[in-house]
Amino acid sequence: MATVTDAPKASFRLSMLIYDTRYRSITIQIVVLLLFMAGAAWLVDNTVRNLAALGKDFSFGFLWNRAGYDINQMLVQYTNDSTHGRAMLIGLLNTLLVAFMSCVAATVLGVIIGVLRLSPNWIVGRLTTVYVEMFRNIPVLLWILVAYAIFTEVLPAPNAFRGENPTASMILFDSVALTNRYTAIPDPLFYRSLGNIDVGLFLISLDLLAIIAVITGSVLVNRKLLAHATAVQNATGVRPVTWWKSILVLLVPLALLLIALGFHAERPVLRGFNFTGGLDVSNSLMALWLGLTLYTAAFIAEIVRAGIGAVSRGQTEAAFALGLRPNRTMSLVILPQALRVIVPPLISQYLNITKNSSLAIAVGYMDLRGTLGGITLNQTGRELECVLLMMLIYLAISLMISGAMNVYNNSVKLKER
Amino acid sequence: MKNTVFLGTLAAAGLAAGFVSAATLDDVKARGELNCGVNTGLVGFAAPDANGNWSGFDVAICKAVAAAVLGDASKVKYVPTTGQTRFTALASGEVDILSRNTTWTFSRDADLKFTFIGVNYYDGQGFMVNKALGVTSAKELDGATVCIQTGTTTELNLADFFKVNNMTYSPVTIETNAEGEQQFLAGACDAYTTDASGLAATRAAFANPEDYVILPEIISKEPLGPLVRHGDDQWADITRWAMNALIAAEEYGVTSANIEELSKGTENPEINRLLGAGEDNLGAMIGLEKDWGKKAIVGAGGNYGEIFAATIGESTPIGLARGLNAQWTQGGLLYTPPFR
Repeated sequence: MATVTDAPKASFRLSMLIYDTRYRSITIQIVVLLLFMAGAAWLVDNTVRNLAALGKDFSFGFLWNRAGYDINQMLVQYTNDSTHGRAMLIGLLNTLLVAFMSCVAATVLGVIIGVLRLSPNWIVGRLTTVYVEMFRNIPVLLWILVAYAIFTEVLPAPNAFRGENPTASMILFDSVALTNRYTAIPDPLFYRSLGNIDVGLFLISLDLLAIIAVITGSVLVNRKLLAHATAVQNATGVRPVTWWKSILVLLVPLALLLIALGFHAERPVLRGFNFTGGLDVSNSLMALWLGLTLYTAAFIAEIVRAGIGAVSRGQTEAAFALGLRPNRTMSLVILPQALRVIVPPLISQYLNITKNSSLAIAVGYMDLRGTLGGITLNQTGRELECVLLMMLIYLAISLMISGAMNVYNNSVKLKER
Repeated sequence: MKNTVFLGTLAAAGLAAGFVSAATLDDVKARGELNCGVNTGLVGFAAPDANGNWSGFDVAICKAVAAAVLGDASKVKYVPTTGQTRFTALASGEVDILSRNTTWTFSRDADLKFTFIGVNYYDGQGFMVNKALGVTSAKELDGATVCIQTGTTTELNLADFFKVNNMTYSPVTIETNAEGEQQFLAGACDAYTTDASGLAATRAAFANPEDYVILPEIISKEPLGPLVRHGDDQWADITRWAMNALIAAEEYGVTSANIEELSKGTENPEINRLLGAGEDNLGAMIGLEKDWGKKAIVGAGGNYGEIFAATIGESTPIGLARGLNAQWTQGGLLYTPPFR
């Protein structure tokens, strides 16, 4: 607007829109915008026409219909009488579970590998180089499949644990069974459980809430204790002995709570075709987790190495001059400064993990792609709705991860005054 | 000005490209090739041989349609589809006909907007287990891990069967039959469930088929048949009658051996109409040549019975009996409407 009124009133000709440098950029932008909008309109129009031609409507009503199929890993209750919407929630939770597990494990592994890659020890340095080059240069799908194949082909079937002279046996005092379908682990249970509260979508275990509350309380008290010790040390120069008090504060309330609730672990027992009683951690989850972790850790290792490389050599030398050992130099001086270089690309790696977790279908892990984008899509035939919804959900998850990580990045980045 | 022209062209191109063309017959003729959606590989029903030539019971339908429409049974492009991708492939126009042991259900017919052109195999869902398990009935499968192909009706039948019998199970979802085979053989599941014919075909491909047993329970009705998109009745008619021609040929005793002889004209007017040997020109009514029926039967490799015997019958490794799939005159369910 301003530009137009600033123009000389005398003579405005249409050709000036192209030949006058004052208007040209605006003209180009408007044309591009129009083209873009025309393209978008064409896509929508095409979709609407084709849907009409096929006699299909566009509706998300199917989400409230009975799903009718079963899912083998459920974090919250689900039966085949639940709705498609509920099945979507199960898939979403499974996606989040594997993404969270992989992000944590990949970060830990990646940082270790990245630091070791800079090690002056020749063999350690080369080995980690081999790791990085091997894992990041082979598609993640293959790693997932390799992990899954190892689990299914190498481990024994549950019926190998049966009989007088079983060919396979449970490990860790007969409490854990590694099979080619799942790993059966003891299930934590309570004799005097507090029950659950229903929050609409799912049930929350009051036992779990109580445990979290007690641990939080203990940690807070312990922090107070340490702060007090530091205050005493600052005042008198002598630090009071705190270790036994810390242990007492941290462990005793939790132990008392567990005893009060009647905590015990139910061992998995082979009954019929499968182990029952314990918790089954499916091999598809393990394979997906392992594949995503190993693959992404290679990238994170490179990011960490780059971040450390970005901290000037003088910092290390200064820390050494102060008498800090290499370990302390790394954790106190180098890593904190490297973080501001590391965190932004790390965000993309977390997003990659979340998105790559949709490869779950290859190993039969029922994530969002497996439920909403797989079985639900097929049984209802609502391709467009399911895919759009799935895209929207992945977009929302990614934006949330990136938002949270940006908050963290702001807290570690160099504060400029 | 130029932009306007460009936008106009773009819009016109968009409109032209936007519609899935209604006249599938014209498309196929113009292309000179039939796009036929088939299984990714199920021995006996649809599987490529070492030279990449597809053959099988479902493939015969593709050949029959291609022969009737284009006059050449080899002018088929086989598009392998999984349980998950098959309907999208058909709805999007990627394939002209889907001949991939697909169960005819109400919702697929009405809600997914497909037209089932008939039933070429009456099937039911069964279970296969390792003999070493000692299981003799599907009702003993409480607590079992079951491998199942995702995106199929069997998934829902399975849930219903276990619920009705008050049993529990743990599903292992797999994408293709080959994957299911591998998981089942590795012992990642106790039982493998799909259509009984599919189980027989899968078992035939095992190294030791005799170690596995198909349980007697058939837990569902699975009328399998080829399907096309809603909205093109002419194409649906062509494909429906190409398949019916194969069934009628068996009923009237037309075989690949005597078809040349019979197509010169017979006493039976029904055979004459089927083979285009008489006065009546049925082909013109569906936009094809007069002898389309003969071409379909020759292209498919014989009548329904011959195809059955050659691909999945008792003399093949798959060893399926005719059972329900015998002609109605033999106590089966195959019954084609008259060619009149």
